[in-house]
Amino acid sequence: MINAVPPAAIFIIGAFLIPLLRGNLKSVYLLLLPVLGFINLLNIPYGSHWSFNFLDYTITFLRVDRLSLVFAYIFHIVSFIAILYALRLKDDLQHMAAVLYAGAALGVIFAGDFISLFIFWEVMAVTATYLIWARRTKASQAAGLRYFLVHIFGGLCLLAGIVINTYNTGSIEFSYIGLNGLGSSLIFLGFGINCAWPGLHAWLTDAYPESTITGTVFLSAFTTKCAIYALARGFPGTELLIWIGALMTMFPIFFAVIENDLRRVLSYSLINQVGFMVVGIGIGTQLSINGATAHAFADILFKALLFMAMGAVMHQTGKINATDLGGLYKTMPLTCIFCIVGAASISAFPLFSAFATKSMVMEAVAKEHRTIIWFMLLFASAGVFHHAGIKIPFFAFFSHDSGIRTKEPPLNMLLAMGIAAFLCIFIGVYPTVLYSILPYPVNYVPYTAPHVMAQLQLLFFSALAFTLLILSGIYPAEMRAINLDIDLVYRKFAVAFFWFCNVPLTAFRNGIQNFSSRAIGAIAKFATDPLIVPELILKGIQLGVYKALTTSSTGTNPKIADLEFRFNRLIKMRETGRYYGTEVPRRPIGLGVLISFVLIFFYALIYIITR
Amino acid sequence: MKKEKKYLFDKPENVQRLLRGFWALLILLLGIDLFISKHPYFHWEEWPEFYAIYGFVACVCLVLASKYILRPIVKRKENYYD
Repeated sequence: MINAVPPAAIFIIGAFLIPLLRGNLKSVYLLLLPVLGFINLLNIPYGSHWSFNFLDYTITFLRVDRLSLVFAYIFHIVSFIAILYALRLKDDLQHMAAVLYAGAALGVIFAGDFISLFIFWEVMAVTATYLIWARRTKASQAAGLRYFLVHIFGGLCLLAGIVINTYNTGSIEFSYIGLNGLGSSLIFLGFGINCAWPGLHAWLTDAYPESTITGTVFLSAFTTKCAIYALARGFPGTELLIWIGALMTMFPIFFAVIENDLRRVLSYSLINQVGFMVVGIGIGTQLSINGATAHAFADILFKALLFMAMGAVMHQTGKINATDLGGLYKTMPLTCIFCIVGAASISAFPLFSAFATKSMVMEAVAKEHRTIIWFMLLFASAGVFHHAGIKIPFFAFFSHDSGIRTKEPPLNMLLAMGIAAFLCIFIGVYPTVLYSILPYPVNYVPYTAPHVMAQLQLLFFSALAFTLLILSGIYPAEMRAINLDIDLVYRKFAVAFFWFCNVPLTAFRNGIQNFSSRAIGAIAKFATDPLIVPELILKGIQLGVYKALTTSSTGTNPKIADLEFRFNRLIKMRETGRYYGTEVPRRPIGLGVLISFVLIFFYALIYIITR
Repeated sequence: MKKEKKYLFDKPENVQRLLRGFWALLILLLGIDLFISKHPYFHWEEWPEFYAIYGFVACVCLVLASKYILRPIVKRKENYYD
């Protein structure tokens, strides 16, 4: 047995001790968890460990290679930063959910088989849902429920795919899958839902802006990046991914330009950045896989930084819409600087992180001579600067003065942002460290004169476009409005479906229920004395015949009067249900037994014939 | 009424300074581009000022498309879903 434990175990077991601690001790403990995890991580040797036999299969909790390690490093780093950011939070459940969520993400990264992968995948969905609900607003309850339903659907796709795949291959090992057949397609789709592919992305832009200030920082780091890891492991070099990724980089920027909620703008740009990674995985060369993982590493940091900066604004002002903000640089200069660092990093300015990571994907695309994809990604690169690089800091901290005068956020928030900002710049200035932990050997040099020049031109002339459009008043004004997205389909469809269930289907059900209860009543009444009906008919005929034969000239015939009396008595008996009055002769019990035997005989006959 | 402290961009001349620096930087970037030797994968990357033009055009198209095509289609009142 090795000395290291699965990193997920430290977080998941550690999470349950959180409610037992109080005050500073709890703060220290929370911060120690990722540090302990990181020390443990450094001691993990390559290979598969912690394997167990379960039924006929082998479960591996700790499959360590270079790909899983890159993600594990950044997950530990961002856990530390996000926990530091959330340190003053007085909500044990939220702390627990966040730490469990991080632990489950680490479980996914190190899962060597589909069963443990699936379990951790679902734990992530549940804990993330709690982080959304923890804001305790009506909007967050609804968005959290939608998030949960979408992810349960994705998880079921994944599970169905796993079952089919295991049936076909006989193995549950999670390694290269490739897109062939139903099982792998379902797994592909399951990963794709967590990856926020176009059309499947609405859960992200719907739920992340509704989560808590600190919860969103965690959310932005793990779910999509786990999906990136899973795609890089299972589907590298899948042609379809190139096009999916390119679309992901393109379409969110249009929404981001007209969006008012700044955290929703960031959610759109999150999809846009994940798109670059998906393209990298789709290309499938060593350079592009390196680029995708490196960009995931950088993206986690700058996206966390941007969400933290917007969270700080929200924490201090209680507002997040561009229409309500502006001029905050005056009283929140540090937050403003951190936000600008994040914005410069996501925009891939030279000396900031994405310059060294996103360009690897661009280079890989160019090397494969994929012209259309290259133009799409270049458009998205300009666009991301436009909406995340400029729009976020400009509308929050500059623009028109909102008149809000507030203070910087608490020290722990500033420190968390400071660490993230430092790492963004560090990766940008000294990318060799990041390059050295990537899955494949790197011989890529980001800082060449043409590359720096090209990037600076692209960014500054995007900035020129923004400046001119703002000065000329063409730039779309911020508006208090929401923009429809694909979630319209299930938000409206769900309401329509509910109406359909509630009104027409319920009426139909009531109709059937009424009919059957009446029919049963009638049958029950009939069944109490089935012979009364033929007797009634017989008596009726008898009476009719008598009446017809005896002419009614000679007063009342006593025979007819007697028959009439008997007939009317039968009708009355049938109506009142009183059969066994004193004047009614009881039927011999043998008749009932005979009928029963006849029925049982026929029943048995039918049974034997049809068997 | 208490007179509020003047901040950096409250003074119009500071905004003007910033903008002037920005214009100068743009011209500088256009100038340097002509003297850099490029080793591109695509031949259009060698065209002078290709990235500057592409960046500018891309962003103008992005904003115009968002404002005049996307927004009229998707914009709804804030309480649309309530």
